[in-house]
Amino acid sequence: MPENGGKLTRRGLLHSGMRGAGLLGFGGAAGFLAGREERSRTVWQIDPDKCIQCGLCATECVLEVSAVKCVHSHGMCGYCELCTGYFEPEPIALDEGAENQLCPTGAIERAFVEDPYYEYRIKEDLCVGCGKCVKGCNMFGNGSLYLQVRHDRCIDCNVCAIATACPSQAFRRVPATEPYLLRGKGDGEK
Amino acid sequence: MSRARWIAVAAGILLAAGGPLCGVERFPPPEFTGGHVLPETTVPGPEPRTAGWVDVTVLLAGLVLAAWVSLKLRSRAAMVVLSLGALAYFGFWRRGCVCAIGAVQNVARGVADAEYAVPLAVAAFFVLPLVFALIWGRAFCAGVCPHGAIQDLVLVKPVKVPRWLDAGLRVVPWVYLGLAVLLAATGGLFIICKYDPFVGIFRMSGSRAMLLTGAGLLVLGMFVGRPYCRYLCPLGVLLGVSSRAAKWRPTVTPGACTQCRLCESACPFGALDYGSSEVPEQERLATERKRVLVMLLAAPVAVLGFGWLGGKAGLATTAWHPDGKLAALVAAGEKGELKGGIPDEVTAYRRQGARRDEVYARAAAVENRALPIGRVIGGLLGLVLAAKAGQAFFPKRSRDYQTDPEHCVSCTRCFSACPYELARRGIPIETPEEGKTMGEANEK
Repeated sequence: MPENGGKLTRRGLLHSGMRGAGLLGFGGAAGFLAGREERSRTVWQIDPDKCIQCGLCATECVLEVSAVKCVHSHGMCGYCELCTGYFEPEPIALDEGAENQLCPTGAIERAFVEDPYYEYRIKEDLCVGCGKCVKGCNMFGNGSLYLQVRHDRCIDCNVCAIATACPSQAFRRVPATEPYLLRGKGDGEK
Repeated sequence: MSRARWIAVAAGILLAAGGPLCGVERFPPPEFTGGHVLPETTVPGPEPRTAGWVDVTVLLAGLVLAAWVSLKLRSRAAMVVLSLGALAYFGFWRRGCVCAIGAVQNVARGVADAEYAVPLAVAAFFVLPLVFALIWGRAFCAGVCPHGAIQDLVLVKPVKVPRWLDAGLRVVPWVYLGLAVLLAATGGLFIICKYDPFVGIFRMSGSRAMLLTGAGLLVLGMFVGRPYCRYLCPLGVLLGVSSRAAKWRPTVTPGACTQCRLCESACPFGALDYGSSEVPEQERLATERKRVLVMLLAAPVAVLGFGWLGGKAGLATTAWHPDGKLAALVAAGEKGELKGGIPDEVTAYRRQGARRDEVYARAAAVENRALPIGRVIGGLLGLVLAAKAGQAFFPKRSRDYQTDPEHCVSCTRCFSACPYELARRGIPIETPEEGKTMGEANEK
């Protein structure tokens, strides 16, 4: 306190006391939190078994095009000619015409492999994560299409905006070393 | 033809419906004869966390520089450069995350929930600005916070907010902080992030409401200095309280104050305490005693009243918690009160095969956590409001013109309004034109 010529006043003491208490408090908080620091890092992910394809992943993400995308476990796929994840109910024809497709952005590529099998590949740049194909695949098919948070896009928000809105509480933190909850794991790899 | 296929598929489903719903191989994967190789599902990993430590280093360097610029260098130009850097790095490059304001919620949740771990970088973003404020004032707000920077840079024509309105609105951040801590501690709903006005601008994407709020605040910020910082920012509350106890704070004058009043309109943020050397010492002390008396009398009533209200608010917020929400919907469904079809939450609950009493038990656990936390936060808020009321009715008057210990954000604008400062810099003092302040006339 310059006006007191460096003398200790009641107010000065109170002031220093507050500062000391504050520093101790913040130091204590930091120490307490450091003790709780996650042993290993975690990231957001969707549990495909809990997901009900409500469509909020496409709209609730803070990114303009959601970081949630459809992924395909090809090892589980039946390679059906009539894929209920690809085709509208009662399609006009079983071909790649836009009017037959379920996907609003045409993000699924359908390619003939061998009779009678067709392969369905996700064009991730086009996928908006609406989950329409996932719903179709889960209802009538093997469930090889499902939604996942793509970590090359996800910015790992404090609290995921989609997780907050998710009606089925399908979002959870998973270890960053195993950042995906893939279905039929191992089947797709040879 | 296709209709017949659909009927066949639907029949298959009905047969399979008895089994578990997910991952059933209704159609066995084919054995390809042509040696077709299945595409692999790619799994791009997250960005390495080293980024967090780079952020903490930049934060620390920024804080040291901001404290030095506001206390030693006393240069507005240097502070503008520093805040531009902060806006570019923490704002547009890091896209608003990690952020010291949001870190408050992680810390609140980390303290309340033993299973929730706060990343060390986030903890550092919470602690460092506050420690700096305890020693050198709110240097963080001036030079390191991207939210402060973006508002400070758009301020072109500051309008003075009437004192009563300013004092009234300054209560809002306290309430916002209380609500944010309550929701973060009980449920994991982080409202500071959810309703952040500027993060959409930093990311250059976001919901229309978010972007419009941000743009609206920036337009307002052209005339009302730092509207978010003053009337909303929950971290500003903590920084302000810390800054009250600061060892060193920016001073308007580098020398002695002669009550020349030239700095009177230099602060665009209403954070300058007017000197009152004409008021006799005796009278000042009498006012101070009255203030303390009012505060002491009002505090118990306010603490109890707001503590009770806080408990109620805590219980009310469980409706936003996923577990609380689900329990309410399930209960409504049982009474047949669900209007407009079955909500997605209930569909998910049914499919997951969760038990009803489990859902209710989880909701009850949330309520049990929310009640005491709400009461404590409400009580603290009551204490603060009593103190604020005391200050409003019996304002504390300092002898000299000085920066407000709580609300000054160390922007360094007022320095150039002081003739002693101009003398220190060796600048000839110019008389301001009509309608201009001393600070504007001498700003280089």
